[in-house]
Amino acid sequence: MMPINYYIMLAMALFSIGIIGVLTRRNAIIIFMCIELMLNAVNLLLVAFSKLHYGRVAAFSPEATTGTEAQLFVFFIMVVAAAEVSVGLAIIVMMYRNIHSVDVNFLNRLKH
Amino acid sequence: MTKLVSLVPLFPLIGFLINGLGRNYLSKSVAAFVGSAMVLAAFIVSILVLNDVRLANAEATIVTLFDFIRTGDLYIPFAFQVDALSALFLLVITGVGFLIHLYSAAYMHEESSDHYARYFAYLNLFVFSMLLLVLGANYLIMFIGWEGVGLCSYLLIGYWFKNQDYGNAAKKAFVMNRIGDLGFLLALFWMLQQFGSLSFSEVFANAPNATTAAITGITLLLFVGATGKSAQIPLYNWLPDAMAGPTPVSALIHAATMVTAGIYMIARSNLLYVLAPTSMTVVAVVGLATAILAASIALRQNDIKKVLAYSTVSQLGYMFLGLGVGAFTGAVFHVMTHAFFKALLFLGAGSVIHAMHHEQDIRKMGGLAKKLPITHLTFLLGCIAIAGIPPFSGFFSKDEILMHAYAAHPIYYYIGMAGALITAFYMFRLYAMTFRGKFRGSDEQAHHLHESPWQMTLPLIVLAVLSVVAGFLGIPELFAHDAHKLQAFLAPIFATGSSYMEAHAVDHSTEWVLLGTSVVLILGIVAFAWNRFAKDPDLHNASGFGKILAEKWYVDELYAAIITKPMQLLAGFLNRVVEKSGIDGLVNGVGRSVQWSGRQLRLLQSGQVGSYVLWMVLGMLLLIVVSVFKIF
Repeated sequence: MMPINYYIMLAMALFSIGIIGVLTRRNAIIIFMCIELMLNAVNLLLVAFSKLHYGRVAAFSPEATTGTEAQLFVFFIMVVAAAEVSVGLAIIVMMYRNIHSVDVNFLNRLKH
Repeated sequence: MTKLVSLVPLFPLIGFLINGLGRNYLSKSVAAFVGSAMVLAAFIVSILVLNDVRLANAEATIVTLFDFIRTGDLYIPFAFQVDALSALFLLVITGVGFLIHLYSAAYMHEESSDHYARYFAYLNLFVFSMLLLVLGANYLIMFIGWEGVGLCSYLLIGYWFKNQDYGNAAKKAFVMNRIGDLGFLLALFWMLQQFGSLSFSEVFANAPNATTAAITGITLLLFVGATGKSAQIPLYNWLPDAMAGPTPVSALIHAATMVTAGIYMIARSNLLYVLAPTSMTVVAVVGLATAILAASIALRQNDIKKVLAYSTVSQLGYMFLGLGVGAFTGAVFHVMTHAFFKALLFLGAGSVIHAMHHEQDIRKMGGLAKKLPITHLTFLLGCIAIAGIPPFSGFFSKDEILMHAYAAHPIYYYIGMAGALITAFYMFRLYAMTFRGKFRGSDEQAHHLHESPWQMTLPLIVLAVLSVVAGFLGIPELFAHDAHKLQAFLAPIFATGSSYMEAHAVDHSTEWVLLGTSVVLILGIVAFAWNRFAKDPDLHNASGFGKILAEKWYVDELYAAIITKPMQLLAGFLNRVVEKSGIDGLVNGVGRSVQWSGRQLRLLQSGQVGSYVLWMVLGMLLLIVVSVFKIF
């Protein structure tokens, strides 16, 4: 089994890439993708820790379910992310229709 | 009839409401009729009440109208006390009050009808408050009346409020009265704390058990109230300025009734004062000092009403001297005779002013005796009465006070006598310069000189008769045994008080000598003043010591320098420095700093999504740092 550290490192790297992407890019679609990246970094961690805990307990009692709750959260996150994507993409489409651009810096006012 | 005593104040109250509410609709004759008739009705009830009191001898009747304050242990009923003292004051107030209402009807006829009705409304309200003051069965009701008369005094002094000076005089009177009232109020609180009640019967019943220190404190504070209302040193100088009001007002409020409220109050509380010898001495000394100071100022005044005003202050001083030496009956007697002759003199002065078309300077009068025969004769009788020439009323009452003063300490008598001589001098100076010699006014005035209508002369005649005969109510023991009717009448009021005092009696031979000397001296002074000022009226401005007297010993200036000026400086400092830079600075500073910080924070709201995210990330980093390193 791979040490948990690798998973953590990978998740941190993904999350950081996501944050930096959100902070530095102006294209709404790329920002969106970076947000997905961050969500998936978290998902990766959840799955990794879940496996870790389950592995410890299963060694003594194969029937145990300890640690499996985290995998449920992953599904929740995926569902919410899917919903978010649909809403977010709709917003981006509307944005493009109105200002013919997906650059978020054009959206610095609360009116036209 | 005693049960119906509440009618006495009720009538003027009704008159006040009718005139006050209907002042825009009532014609002058209706307003005058309502005003006068209500006081006349009160007068008639007062006579019946007095008759009852005389028959019931000694017993005070308490008439409780309703509960005024009832909370916990504190119970103050709205009650009237009818006894010899209040019945006597009722009679004087409503009697003199009615005559003055009648007089006002003619005197004020130049006013427009709404102001005319306003005048009568105020006058009726005054009579109501004054009746409340003397009828109250506890100090709180007395205090209500006490404040009421102060208010009416203010309203009537400032009756011609369009004149700035008159308005200022009204404010001065009100403020100085308020200073006194504060003393009165503190005395009430102290009394409440000491005795748990404000009703006369309970306070007097418990007073002998209280400590002398407490009684002295209470009585001195009450006396502070009296100095304000009755114009004694140090609060006397509002009264001469109060002459800004219409002359009948000066006669009623500032001579006959309101200013004697202090004397009534001390006479009513005689038991408390007797238990506090220090307070008695203070009262006597202040009274005497006021008597002599005011008399000296009156020597050099040229305004006919100012002379009478200072004379009033001086006579009030005598009354306080009487109270201070234990001559309670004498003081009340003097209140009564003074009400008659001083009201007479003021109304006479009003008649003169009326005839002279609002000229008040006696240097521009002279020789009015022939033109105004009734005014002249009655004024002369008033002067004789106040000068203390037997057998006029002033002689008896003043003599009674001075004899008691001699018994207490001869020095009181000598100073008091000197004051009486000065009184005789300035009164006859006033008389001679007004009515004797040659007329010094303009031809215009000489042409229009006329005797006043009957509404004005009738009160003069009635008051003149009273000034002449009222003295016979109090013939001293010296002349006839048991002839002092007033003493017998008032005896129940002062009996308990007198029992605590050692009786000083002057033996009859000394009394004869003092009496004879004083009468001879007064007659001499009167003859001198009459001659001197009829032939050679002093028309030039006073110089030297006379100037100091003419300028009223510069007391007003002194007060301005030591009280008003520092107060104004303090107020100016508070206004310019504390208010402007302190309080305003603080308030504006808070506003400005909020505005400034708002302007700075506004910049965060750039609308750039990127910057929001950046801040969010920085915030999260901060939270992580905080939680990891456990900073808080």
